[in-house]
Amino acid sequence: MPPHALLLDVLRDRLGLRGAKRSCDIQVCGACTVLVDGHPVSACTHLAWEVDGCEVRTIEGLAEGESLHPLQEAFVECGAVQCGFCTSGMLMTATALLTEEVTPTREHIVHYLRGSLCRCTGYRKIIDAIAACAGGQGVKR
Amino acid sequence: MSTGPFRVVGQSVRRLDALEKVTGQARYVTDLVQPGMLHAKLLRSPYPHARIVRADVARARLSRGVHAVVTSLDLGWCDPYFGPAFRDRPILATDVVRYEGEPVAAVVAEEEILAAEALDLIDVDYEPLPAVTTLEEALAPGAPLVHTSKPLAGHFADLASLRPEPGTNICHQFDLVRGRGAEAFAEADLVLEDVYRFPRVQHYSMEPHAALAAWNEEGGLTVWASTQNPYSVRVELARMFAVPLSRIRIIVPHLGGGFGGKTYAKLEPIVSALARIVSRPVRLALSVEEAFRTVRRCDSRARVRVGFRRDGALLAAACHADFDVGAYADIGPRIIQKGTYTATGPYRVPNVVLHAAAVYTNTTPCGAFRGFGVPQLAWALESLVDEAARRLDRDPVDLRRQNLLGHGEEYMPGDTPIDGKFEESLNQAAQSIRWTAPTDSDHGRGIAMMMKASIGPSVSEAIVRFHADASVTVLASTVEMGQGARTVLAQIAAEVLAVPLQRITVAIPDTAVTPYDQTTSSSRSTTMMGRAVQEAAEDVRDQLLHIAGHRLGVAPGRLHVADEAVVSAEHRLPYLELLGERFGMGGGELIGRGVMAPGRSAAPLGGSTPFWEMAVGAATVSVDADTGAVVVEEYVSVADVGRCINPQQCEGQDEGAVMQGIGHTLLEEMEYEAGYLLNANLAAYRVPRADDVPPRLHCRFVENADGAGPFGAKGAGEGSLIPVSPAVGNALARLTGVRFRELPLTPERVWRALQAPR
Repeated sequence: MPPHALLLDVLRDRLGLRGAKRSCDIQVCGACTVLVDGHPVSACTHLAWEVDGCEVRTIEGLAEGESLHPLQEAFVECGAVQCGFCTSGMLMTATALLTEEVTPTREHIVHYLRGSLCRCTGYRKIIDAIAACAGGQGVKR
Repeated sequence: MSTGPFRVVGQSVRRLDALEKVTGQARYVTDLVQPGMLHAKLLRSPYPHARIVRADVARARLSRGVHAVVTSLDLGWCDPYFGPAFRDRPILATDVVRYEGEPVAAVVAEEEILAAEALDLIDVDYEPLPAVTTLEEALAPGAPLVHTSKPLAGHFADLASLRPEPGTNICHQFDLVRGRGAEAFAEADLVLEDVYRFPRVQHYSMEPHAALAAWNEEGGLTVWASTQNPYSVRVELARMFAVPLSRIRIIVPHLGGGFGGKTYAKLEPIVSALARIVSRPVRLALSVEEAFRTVRRCDSRARVRVGFRRDGALLAAACHADFDVGAYADIGPRIIQKGTYTATGPYRVPNVVLHAAAVYTNTTPCGAFRGFGVPQLAWALESLVDEAARRLDRDPVDLRRQNLLGHGEEYMPGDTPIDGKFEESLNQAAQSIRWTAPTDSDHGRGIAMMMKASIGPSVSEAIVRFHADASVTVLASTVEMGQGARTVLAQIAAEVLAVPLQRITVAIPDTAVTPYDQTTSSSRSTTMMGRAVQEAAEDVRDQLLHIAGHRLGVAPGRLHVADEAVVSAEHRLPYLELLGERFGMGGGELIGRGVMAPGRSAAPLGGSTPFWEMAVGAATVSVDADTGAVVVEEYVSVADVGRCINPQQCEGQDEGAVMQGIGHTLLEEMEYEAGYLLNANLAAYRVPRADDVPPRLHCRFVENADGAGPFGAKGAGEGSLIPVSPAVGNALARLTGVRFRELPLTPERVWRALQAPR
């Protein structure tokens, strides 16, 4: 692997994990967010060698087999998904948030999403979906 | 029209694509790989306007992994010009570059990074030319011309009457006079006139444009493209490469947002040319910086005049609007006439004079963008209506109510009569925001409305295949770009055929498979494609009724469908049984067809709108006097959608529309200096974030089932963006006493205005 290889390119092109998306290229939009040892990072501005020896979790590893993660369920039920291009990054960011803070307030969620852009939904339903999972709960169906 | 009760229409069913999107499995163009695929990168002009003296590509051709380096000189074998209105845009700049960022050369290589390396080895000598980079510069007498040759007409049918002004930068003009025109202002008791400006903004669909092309050995072309209208792309490519329509296949996987920025050919011509040159599949994926140099919204300068009688009646309106379409016309000529056509909003105005011009400048070309010319002029008109209310000492809601067009009333001779109740929307918005209750002293409230025509005439065709196991495939070329169209089409088919939604598959657009659809834009899909799918499903349903009627010896009219069966008062025949009987085996399928093709009309734009999109916005704002920062504390949006086929998706559309509207109202502007784009990235070009969402945001709907679409639905999705800027501007004016006429309302602009002596 060349030393300049970006984490995002390695994930997408070498490992075939194409759920993380390339958009802004400068760590603003969050579409490429993955978890490195549990912390959200922008794979577009991370060199692959920087994660040597770390655990990298992508959207492909969020569901457990056939059963969706509660956040995935909540995104579906709350209508937090439109074009889907931000969705992988949003879900990984939200996963990190709920690990750091089990019961975030709405303000906390909004603040945490400052590094995650969405151009379709207007954010409301994304915030709703994350809020529905606060306190370790899932969304009611 | 059916009035229900409905099985699945009106339910917020989960999106068909929800699962693949939350698991990261949804595939977009840049997720696709073709065997032998190569990658392209573009060399872009560093000058806003220059003559290309010489391009030396010899060193780049020798670079590692490079298969081809292409300039306009290598494209003599095809017709390199394209564009839906004028064919004024070359695949690669030919002799002249007309904006900073225009593609000049392309490299095709084994990997993207190798292509990028080779770009650095291309030497181009330019001779800079004087550029026109603003409307003022472009319209000045004797201004340098962006285009000097006679324009070639494009393929868009209703632009047959293009009106360029030879010897100027004006590529098209639109005029409309009604009643006694300007003379009527003499009878007005109050005449107000002002100039309102709208900024250069970019769509920022999170997925930048991408396309992948491959030619087969029989000379057929397949393109996987992030496009909102595969059939318009197909017709462009057919002409450029002299290939029959039947041998061009445009496949559209998921789009990562569109908002109009992916209408009409963008990258498809160049990837197709490159793939032919190297005889291998070629992919081109733009960066966000390049998307900013591909398409944007027209900025505008509109001088609007309104004349009221003392009793509040709107007697006359005039609009003289100049729209900057950038370096190439794209669909700009249609944008300016469409936007200007409804410059007088949802009001009854007996005397009207409208004039619009599409003006070339040496900047990023403009294209369709959510609202299509209407946001620019609604910003002006709705601000002026509020000013008039102040001068006439009338409540802004009252004054609007007095002048609203009524249900069934004519807007323009020959066009569709008004198909909704504006007053109901206005009242609902006013009530939701507690219009008549006093505001806190540091808050201001404002309201604004809009009316927009959809595209007319247009064509949508659909096929519904009813398989031997009573599952269904809907073939429709409506592009799924996030709006949820495929889910809505499935709901419509499921409703008509009385089958569970899970039994329905909606095919992805593929011009070799899914039938003709003009475009996924103009908020038209639910109405036009929805009706086509409804008709196609009814065709299948009628076949089922006919088979059952034959078996039972009763007239099909006495039968109906329910729960996957044909039923009468006495009988219930499951679909499976009927299909077995029809085909005598476990195979065969019923095929239904639906066509929406209303044709041309006597309406001023050549076709009647299938519906009027109508929306109202009401805002409560505050402003920080020290910084000028404006905060939208509460926003209410009301859209008249006829009927929500999927209420959650309607809400999603409008919440997104409001936030995109807040973008150009408070935050977004592409900044140019002498023709150089300064902020083509998401750090410097600020789009709304989660913390920009108004603390109280309500999207509401008026549902009177009075639309031309299935079950009384009509279009949604664009309308609710449009009232945002005038509603915020009106709220700010009522709060501060300062009228703003230029967007975006950045802290600096607001602060300076508040400091200015009044």
